Amino acid sequence: MSEATSQKIPVTVLTGYLGAGKTTLLNRILSENHGKKYAVIVNEFGEIGIDNDLIIGADEEVFEMNNGCICCTVRGDLVRIMDGLMKRKGKFDAIIVETTGLADPAPVAQTFFVDEDVQKNARLDAVVTVADAKWLSDRLKDAPEAKNQIAFADVIVLNKTDLVNKGELAEVEARIRGINPYAKLHRTERCSVALADVLDRGAFDLDRILDIEPDFLEADDHDHDHDHHHHHGHDHHHHDHGHGLKHYHDEEMQSLSLKTDKPLDPNVFMPWLQNLVQVEGGKILRSKGILAFHDDDDRYVFQGVHMMLEGNHQRKWKEGEPRESRLVFIGRELPEEAIRKGFESCIVS
Amino acid sequence: MKEFTPPPDSASIVSVTDRVKPVALGMPVTSVHFLGPRAVFVGGEENVAFVDGKGETATVAVHGGGILSAASDGKRLVTGGDDGKVVSLDAKGEVTLLATDPKRRWIDAVALHADGAFAWSAGKTATVKSGKAEEKSIEAPSTVGGLAFAPKGLRLAIAHYNGVTLWFPNMAGSAEFLPWAGSHHGVTFSPDNKFLVTAMHEPALHGWRLADNRHMRMTGYPGRVRSMSWSAGGKGLATSGADTVIIWPFGSKDGPMGKEPAMLAPLQARVSVVACHPKNDILAAGYSDGTVLMVRLEDGAEILVRRNGTPAVAALGWNAKGTLLAFADENGDGGLLEL
Repeated sequence: MSEATSQKIPVTVLTGYLGAGKTTLLNRILSENHGKKYAVIVNEFGEIGIDNDLIIGADEEVFEMNNGCICCTVRGDLVRIMDGLMKRKGKFDAIIVETTGLADPAPVAQTFFVDEDVQKNARLDAVVTVADAKWLSDRLKDAPEAKNQIAFADVIVLNKTDLVNKGELAEVEARIRGINPYAKLHRTERCSVALADVLDRGAFDLDRILDIEPDFLEADDHDHDHDHHHHHGHDHHHHDHGHGLKHYHDEEMQSLSLKTDKPLDPNVFMPWLQNLVQVEGGKILRSKGILAFHDDDDRYVFQGVHMMLEGNHQRKWKEGEPRESRLVFIGRELPEEAIRKGFESCIVS
Repeated sequence: MKEFTPPPDSASIVSVTDRVKPVALGMPVTSVHFLGPRAVFVGGEENVAFVDGKGETATVAVHGGGILSAASDGKRLVTGGDDGKVVSLDAKGEVTLLATDPKRRWIDAVALHADGAFAWSAGKTATVKSGKAEEKSIEAPSTVGGLAFAPKGLRLAIAHYNGVTLWFPNMAGSAEFLPWAGSHHGVTFSPDNKFLVTAMHEPALHGWRLADNRHMRMTGYPGRVRSMSWSAGGKGLATSGADTVIIWPFGSKDGPMGKEPAMLAPLQARVSVVACHPKNDILAAGYSDGTVLMVRLEDGAEILVRRNGTPAVAALGWNAKGTLLAFADENGDGGLLEL
């Protein structure tokens, strides 16, 4: 996706459980004085009251691809809508896809990976999930969709923070972090978030996979500490780095981070990664990595959604830059031990 | 279809590029048809443009937005728009509103019947209007990908996810479902009414022999098939999607079952659109690099109509007599060739 990325129309996927405030955020984006025109794809049966010239009703039809991988689903209606929208190129600058509260973001994202024509014209910018500070903790217990949306997110807008006290807020944030410590999290009331924080994120742009450190709001020095720790030894799990922040372990959905400062053997690593996403791709929602290969002066970056991976050499390692490899997986019931062992076997000894 | 092996380079190619009357439409173009003596180029949005033999252009507004679908029988052009309207245009340039979707949904597909009936789809709903009879609608199991009338009888094929629905609008409860896993877009009947072929979302065609619903898988394309055209007499189905024109044999009762397709006119570019000559065994092919070739089906002999070096050819079409060929690239630069 990196090639000619700038000419492709950015697509922001807006998810969030029912009533979290997706439409509020959407209207905020549309009404702000940014001089940009958006094409908005909403669910046909969804909420109304969106003020925009170009609104397209979608059916949220999820299709299985006929390519033998069962978790490879796309949004068939999006393929059709993108096709139609491309006839009106020049009439809009960006696309926002609002999903229903019960939608799984994966088929939307995968549409932008597997469909040749969609890929030619548009690029997925980020998955933005709006979460309700008051009710999210409950939903994470009883609604698998809500958990999916948090796990999948690049940006989480934690909304309605005025309806909870400080303790409750810390609680819900900890629950979010237990699932997805990597998304950028913004606390809002009535979704008042700076547009730059939700749009043009380049979350799926290989060239912008610069930093896959966990995102913590609390303090900058926390991050420093965190980094520092990582220089000693590898394979630290993010749970090890609580530093006073509340941490929950979600039994079902977790993230797994792997790290080594020793070079990886690409001839072992690549088949291992391919096989891992083939076998466990149903469980792995998102994956990202920055890799240092043996005898290779270029950084290799990759990212994936379920079984779909894309990767490329990104740039030369800078002078003095630690040649570390880092991988992150977010998924359901991840086979942690097997993944760790597999990863270690890729290290050049 | 295992792989495409280009034949050895021919010494030099016959060119008729100097006989092409250039046409600059100044708008993105998606298809071209003929109404009477004039070519009609369908724009990406709002307008169509008539071009006569002298190259004179006249623009007609047909939709208040994107033009999503178009079909022509030579007498009229029917288009569907993202304004929820189905519009008809005749050879004089007169525009008639045929239908409006009550919810202003996109009109994704249109089809025309030889007897004047027409069909359109919005979302999952396909509707047929025949003569003075009332509109009749059917709900497909999922969004309609394409529509085609059978050459005989008032029968509509509706392509959708996981198969095609065949429907006689004048017979209640007549819908027949032809299943095949995957998403089906374009759909076409063979002119002899024996075969039905769909272009799938994946790079493949799927076919059914209508007598016994036997399946025909036509695979091996590197890209999605966007354009299909029956050769004169319906002996072959020419298709885009590869770096040669792929022509599947439909001359025998088994169609392409167990047979290899013909692969003609290989270039270092993807075929983007094909149009078979209405009378002779010749086809025109447009490529992703802007090249237009005429190709003789018998031996693959090529004639250069337009050189490469532009955006992809998006529109290509013959008049009914086969004396005029019209074409345009995605940006609306094209030409007319009189034979």
